[in-house]
Amino acid sequence: MDRKLLLEHIGVEGIHTHDVYRKQGGYKAVEKALKSMSPDDIVEEVKKSGLRGRGGAGFPTGMKWSFIAKPEGVPRHFLCNADESEPGTFKDRYLMEKIPHLLIEGMILSSYALGCNQSYIYIRGEYMYVLQILEKAIAEAYANGWLGKNIKGSGFDLELAVSTGAGAYICGEETALIESLEGKRGNPRIKPPFPAVKGLWGRPTVVNNVETIAAVVPIVNEGGDAYAQFGIGRSTGTKLISASGNINKPGVYEINMGITVEEFIYSDTYCGGMKNGKKLKACVPGGSSVPILPHYLVCKTATGEDRLMSYESLSDGGFATGSMLGSGGFIVYDEDQCIVRNTWNFSRFYHHESCGQCSPCREGTGWMEKVLHRLEYGHGKMEDIDLLWDIQRKIEGNTICPLGDAAAWPVAAAIRHFREEFEWHVNEPKLCVTKNYGLVTEKKFEPVNA
Amino acid sequence: MSQENIQLPEDLLQEVGRQIAKFPEGMQKSALLSVLHIAQAHFGHLSEPVMDYVARLLHILPIEVYEVATFYSMYDTVPVGKVKLEVCRTGPCMIEGAEKIVSYIENKLGIKDGETTADGMFTLKTVECLGACGYAPMLQAGEKFHEHLTEAKVDELIEQYRNNPKANYLGL
Repeated sequence: MDRKLLLEHIGVEGIHTHDVYRKQGGYKAVEKALKSMSPDDIVEEVKKSGLRGRGGAGFPTGMKWSFIAKPEGVPRHFLCNADESEPGTFKDRYLMEKIPHLLIEGMILSSYALGCNQSYIYIRGEYMYVLQILEKAIAEAYANGWLGKNIKGSGFDLELAVSTGAGAYICGEETALIESLEGKRGNPRIKPPFPAVKGLWGRPTVVNNVETIAAVVPIVNEGGDAYAQFGIGRSTGTKLISASGNINKPGVYEINMGITVEEFIYSDTYCGGMKNGKKLKACVPGGSSVPILPHYLVCKTATGEDRLMSYESLSDGGFATGSMLGSGGFIVYDEDQCIVRNTWNFSRFYHHESCGQCSPCREGTGWMEKVLHRLEYGHGKMEDIDLLWDIQRKIEGNTICPLGDAAAWPVAAAIRHFREEFEWHVNEPKLCVTKNYGLVTEKKFEPVNA
Repeated sequence: MSQENIQLPEDLLQEVGRQIAKFPEGMQKSALLSVLHIAQAHFGHLSEPVMDYVARLLHILPIEVYEVATFYSMYDTVPVGKVKLEVCRTGPCMIEGAEKIVSYIENKLGIKDGETTADGMFTLKTVECLGACGYAPMLQAGEKFHEHLTEAKVDELIEQYRNNPKANYLGL
């Protein structure tokens, strides 16, 4: 069951080129789909596969696809979200860089399934060299008849182009991405109307993450039921995990979501254990936005079960004792790391990236950054900890897009699990500048309301 | 720079045309972000006359260009050095020593975060997550990523770019 579905051929030399990709069975799914499947057949297979959005939200892809409106005479658009910017996440870049044709093949299948003839890959501006790899691969795909008019005699037309962002985390939010692709500031739109009804240029639009789109290829090749055999429970298929932090082997791993967190961190197949023999202090399992877990809740859930690398298991216990799989941006912290500093660092990120439309987020993120800065540098007061709690609660749920929630959750989780460390920063204003709090090993677990 | 002097060379105008052609007729504004990247790479920064020129190229209002140019962090509306050294400072990069890399560059070049060297060669900036968390610490120079940074590697990079500042662009 440890077979890879996306990165199976990643080690083959020249796999980034069309000819090698083709030799390894590439574009077979497109051949199969155009020859023997209707668009609805593909939607049906994706539904059966149980595939969930790999960008962070985990929404069922087949269901998202079925929402697309089909008014007579109005073009529809399919967009790939390659604006990967969630701190801790670098899997999409890896996939596009190493095996760009897999994304292109997935784009063709998805566009066909949704009846879209003009599709775009929106990539963050900083990934300029990846954009060049994609453009080259797209040119190869056109030259080999996989894109353009009447693809392989099927009657299906598809134009595919890459467009670029210019440095804005918020453009990973799908309505901000659409605004940006229209040549505007990345301000998220109020929903409804959802993009499935009114998206790019007011037309029905579906936006999916790079990894989600790539996963459509094995789903078409092997069938939705066969794909659903991988993984565990409602976490079907495989997931790309970006591993970083204080581990021996940072990098991108394609995993079966049924493996335990313990295996992922300590096995040589994956992270290879903690660097320099240090102890685990905490883990952010799904990108900076998801709640941080203290060491005693990383490998086990609050009820003592093994924690798995699945959507369900990582969120077991809700926000009180769990977290989220999110984008799979897996950041590991050792005993030397400072939670207050890390939380301040993340708050600065969200303050920098807030688009400024909603006042709770625009003002709240900056306020949290300031309060965390003074706590980190030994100027904080005990009331500041409650103040932070109060601010994050007033941001969460009160903004147009989820950036507000994403800014609130890491602060809430840090205080929930590491309150003593924050208090220590207040009680030891001089010491906390030169020393870190370290690890508390004998912590008794007491649940709190989320 | 007066308005008349602002003109992209023929090959770049063709590239602008290629970007516009990606979108349906009448939707040429969608090419704005790409065209601003092209203009900035050529003119060094997006001055008001350059933004006005981009507006004319795309048949949109200057304000539509200004609001975009000031929103996205990659655009510079004020002059910067020939090579921008942008060090990632977020989470995983911080754990792996991004702050040390920043101080090392500050001391080496005699500038602070956000400043440009007197010879106009280098600008140092700290930036948010660039998607290289597993290869930290890292910096972006122009359009290129440099990962697993050490002080020795920073020395090498600065030397290389001082000799050939254009090397930080990938080219068309």
